[in-house]
Formats: sequence, structure tokens, C-alpha cells
Amino acid sequence: MTMSSELPAPPPTEPAAGGPPPLLSADDVARVVDRIAHQLIERAASASPAGASDGGLADLVLVGIPTRGAPLARRLAARIEAFSGTAVDVGTVDITLYRDDLRLRGVRALEDTRLPGAGVDGRLVVLVDDVLFSGRSVRAALDALRDLGRPRAVQLAVLVDRGHRELPIRADYVGKNVPTSRTQSVKVHLAEVDGLDEVLLTEGADA
Amino acid sequence: MKRHLLEAADLDRADATLVLDTAGQIESALAGREVKKLPTLRGRTVVNLFYEDSTRTRISFELAAKRLSADVINFSAKGSSVSKGESLKDTALTLEAMGSDAIVIRHQASGAPHRLAQWVKGSVVNAGDGTHEHPTQALLDAYTIRQRLGRLDGVRVVLVGDVLHSRVARSNVWLLSTLGAQVTLVAPPTLLPVGVGSWPVQVSYDLDAVLSKADVVMMLRVQAERMNASFFPSAREYSRRYGLDARRMAVLPDDAIVMHPGPMNRGMEIAAEVADSARSTIVDQVGNGVSVRMAVLYLLLGGAPE
Repeated sequence: MTMSSELPAPPPTEPAAGGPPPLLSADDVARVVDRIAHQLIERAASASPAGASDGGLADLVLVGIPTRGAPLARRLAARIEAFSGTAVDVGTVDITLYRDDLRLRGVRALEDTRLPGAGVDGRLVVLVDDVLFSGRSVRAALDALRDLGRPRAVQLAVLVDRGHRELPIRADYVGKNVPTSRTQSVKVHLAEVDGLDEVLLTEGADA
Repeated sequence: MKRHLLEAADLDRADATLVLDTAGQIESALAGREVKKLPTLRGRTVVNLFYEDSTRTRISFELAAKRLSADVINFSAKGSSVSKGESLKDTALTLEAMGSDAIVIRHQASGAPHRLAQWVKGSVVNAGDGTHEHPTQALLDAYTIRQRLGRLDGVRVVLVGDVLHSRVARSNVWLLSTLGAQVTLVAPPTLLPVGVGSWPVQVSYDLDAVLSKADVVMMLRVQAERMNASFFPSAREYSRRYGLDARRMAVLPDDAIVMHPGPMNRGMEIAAEVADSARSTIVDQVGNGVSVRMAVLYLLLGGAPE
């Protein structure tokens, strides 16, 4: 079984000139994605009936939350396939139309929503996002999922959990827990969107 | 985007592309779903203010607003205080006092939406005013062309028929040229407006001469209700010179499409076999109208109020 061609080659690690070192370097991001992929395989195997040939992975759907959750979900799927030999379904769900803060700023552009042909009914959906902060994006994604079908269960995987939850939501798979203050912002850069992989902690709240 | 959508020229290329992209994303978000509804405009109120008869446009706007969870009020001039002599301004102010966030207006007077936009605080969407414009029709036509042909830039569009009275033609001319398409108008000289020379189009009086180089043929309805002068000798002659029948359709390039904004006069400007052919996008246009109007309502009402 070959690795999916979607897996990007890790870009050369170059610390940002003059800035603080990144929270996660490109190598760290790759390691974290690998670890979460292993955890997903283990959990799927333990939840599936003994002797299931696919290790329970046929049941799994990775659903990325745009913008950066979408390439993360594809990377996780590629790593799961590399480690287990089983391809898993991947999709994206744009949550813009479900946000509770639409009226707090100018109109936002939408992003793609694409679900695998088999849908989500009766399956294990793992939502994938880059940063878990207030939990409001995840709430919006749960609302969107409810309109898209009825999964057997929904879990959450994030690259970074920075705390400050405003809703009773927690992640099932966390790449890195980062204590932050509300005045800081966590910037995730991924090669597919930003040209390189890194996670930065900067002063100054998100716009 | 501006606060109102009154005419196609309100949209520059970036805005028009944003509307089409947004419509595509809404369509993909709703594709194959059982619950074809989004919570986005919950608590917002959209008024359909229709002074002229309409089937597809009013239903399309109503469905678009409802699919975004807005509250919809349908107002038609018949059976309202308009028949007691209430003016457009008073009607609009009354509706706004009851909390409307957007007014979708169709009116027999060209320019009525522009006047309305000066009086109300919410957004105004022109759903057809007199012989002036019908911008959401042009948007759904552009969306349909892009969906079928994969592009708009450089697409050769032939618009055939009563350009003089057609708000659909006006909006399409402006929007399609904004988006890079090349528009050719074909009509009898009596059905072309004065000043067409200043439009960004080519003009021909001979349909057969342009068909072989067309990617899109858009047939316009012969508007019997506006045919108050002798614009052409007879319906038969019009149909023979400017109607699209199977013989003419055979001249079109292989992947060319045939469009009609509806309602059609089958056998007049378009033959039944053409309207029902695989080239025809007439049914697609109606379906796409809902997605495009959802995109317009979302982009006008989905953000922070100014």
C-alpha cells in the first residue's frame, strides 16, 4: 500500500526571522498528526467488533472544518492509510451559515462543503479543526452535522487546544495543549494554505 | 457588496463572482440533504413586495429566504391597501415599521426600486422594474452558463428577441460583459432600444448569421402585454425570422446551450422541441435561481448591520 499523494512533503524548517520560536515546528506538526492518526486507529479498533477486517475504520469519517481543518483532515486520512493500509472517508463542512456571530462583523465568504458519497448516517464522525478556543466553531459544526445526517457518534480532533472555552465542549484528540491568555492569538500555518507548517503564539488578540 | 441590489451595474466583477461562488457553495452545502434549510437568517424578515404578476421570481425569492430561515411576508398589490390608493412610499414605510430587514420589489415602473432604496433603512433587491432591470435573473443566467460551460470569460452569448422591453436583456448585457462574456443582440430594428450603440454589445438583425458562432443562445419572451405598437408585421413572421426551431438549433456548435428566462411562448420565440432538448437549460435556470437568490440574501443580510 502506497502513501497517498496528498500528503505534502514537509517543508524545510526555518524559524521566523527575529520572532519567537514557533509553538510547533513543521516536524512537530508532522509528529502530532502521526500521533493523532495512531490514536484514531487504536480507538476505531477497540470500538469495532473483534475480528473486523478493516479495524473499524470503514465506519470512520474525518470531517474537516474549513479553512485549515480541511487539509488537516486529509493529512490524517493519508497517515491512517499509511499506517493501517485502510483508506478512510474524508469530507469538509463549512460552518459559516451556522455561526452565532454572523451579525458581529461584515459578511463572510463561504467555503466548500463536501461529504463522502456514503454520507454520515450511522457512522463515527471525527470533526477536525486547527485550534480549539471558545468552542463556538465546534457548536456550529455540530449544528451543521445535525442537518446533514445522524452519525452514530461525533468526536473532535484538534491540532492545538488553547483553552478559554465558552461552551461545554472538549476535544477527544489534542495535538498540543497550550495555556494562553485571551490577549494572545494562536496562528496555525499549513503548507496547503500558507506555504509552510508551523504554529505560532503571538501577542494581540485575533482580529 | 453594496447595501442594495438595484441593477446589474451595482456589481463589479469581484462582487458578481462572489455571488456566483457563494451560490455554488450553498448548493453544495444543501446537495443531497434531507433538511434543505440553513439557520443563517433566523429572525430576519424579508418582504416580497410585488406590484406585478409573477410566478417563478416570487416563489424563488420566497423559497430562498425560507431556506435561510428568514421570515417571509408576501405582499401583492392586488387585495392590499394599494387598491385604496396607498403610495409606494407609504406602503414601504409601513412594512419597515413592522420590522422588515429587506424588501424584494417588483414594480411596473422602471426605477421604483431606486426610489424605494432612498426611503428605507433596510436592503432593497430589484426583482424586476418595468423595462429597466432584473439583476437576479442575470445572476442566475450567468451561474447557469458557468455551470454548463465551466467559464464566462470569452463566452459568446447571443440574446434574441424583444430587447426593447426586456429587463432581463438589460441586466444580462451589463452583468455578462462585467464578467467578460461577449454579447450579441439579435432583434428586429423596432425592438432594439434607442441608444443601443452605447452598450457593450454587437448588434445583428440576422439570427442565422450569428448562430454558428454562439456558445449560448438566450431567447427573450415576446411580451404580448407590451406589444402596443406595430413592432413586427405578424407573429408568424416574427417566429420565422427570430424564433429558435430545430433547424436553427442544428447550426449551433456542439456544446452550445439554449436559455430562456421564462415564461415561454412555445411555438413563438422557441419551438417546443428546442425547449425540451438536452441543450436547453430552462429547468436548470429555475433551480439555480433559488441558490443564487439565497446567495444574494445572505450577502446582503448575513453580516453586521451598517
